[in-house]
Amino acid sequence: MIPISWYLILAAALFSIGLFGVLARKNAVAILLGVELMLNAVNINLVTFWRYNAPETVTGQVFAIIVFAVAAAEVAVGLALIISIYRNRNTIVADDLDMMKW
Amino acid sequence: MKILFLIFAAITLGSAFMVVTTKKMVHAAFWLIATLFGVAALYALLNAGFIAMVQIVVYVGAIAILFIFAVMLTRKDLRDNAKPLNKNWTWAAIFAVLSFGGLFSLLRQWPGFSQAGAPEMAAGVDMVTELGTALVSPDAYILPFEVASVLLLAALIGAVYVANEAKNK
Repeated sequence: MIPISWYLILAAALFSIGLFGVLARKNAVAILLGVELMLNAVNINLVTFWRYNAPETVTGQVFAIIVFAVAAAEVAVGLALIISIYRNRNTIVADDLDMMKW
Repeated sequence: MKILFLIFAAITLGSAFMVVTTKKMVHAAFWLIATLFGVAALYALLNAGFIAMVQIVVYVGAIAILFIFAVMLTRKDLRDNAKPLNKNWTWAAIFAVLSFGGLFSLLRQWPGFSQAGAPEMAAGVDMVTELGTALVSPDAYILPFEVASVLLLAALIGAVYVANEAKNK
């Protein structure tokens, strides 16, 4: 069997890669891609803890499904915002979007 | 099992690394699809077949396609000569490595971290049936389920309103 630590380390690594993407990428769509990676890492953790600690219940899987729904909502709104910004400002480079900077 | 896990973990992490470093955004979206398939395979290894299918249908089938549409609609900034990372990317890398180290040391302190294997799944229990019943049962998770539905509806309407330029003026 696979030790639980392997899954948890994998999820931590995936989360850190996503964090790097959010912090380092210029393109706003790429930042959202990083957020997706982080959400996937969280879901791996949820399903892993369900499988190793409470496989007789459904709690972990329900949590994972709710995270799916929230991720879908986040992507829909985020991409709509990016398309709207692109139409108004003609750029989606995150450094150029400074109209709310005081 | 361990070899399968290592193969899928390598696919997931390798393509996730390509997602955050590759220059062309369309390629990044395709690498994201590879990552999502790797994660779906990990769910299958964890005996969560329904979650694996939902991962493929919702993430690969809907979210990744949405990303590809967004990449194509915002084409101008995605020329290949621009640098994909901003000037603070070394700090971002240091911060990401530090967060991984922090997570790892936190996990090391947790007593359940050394658990060598998962308990056996109960025989004769249909997990999909259990899950479906729990999602619509008043004793279980119908309230979060309905809240998620309302959230999705709100996101749908909000996305249409925000992206629809002509109606706003």
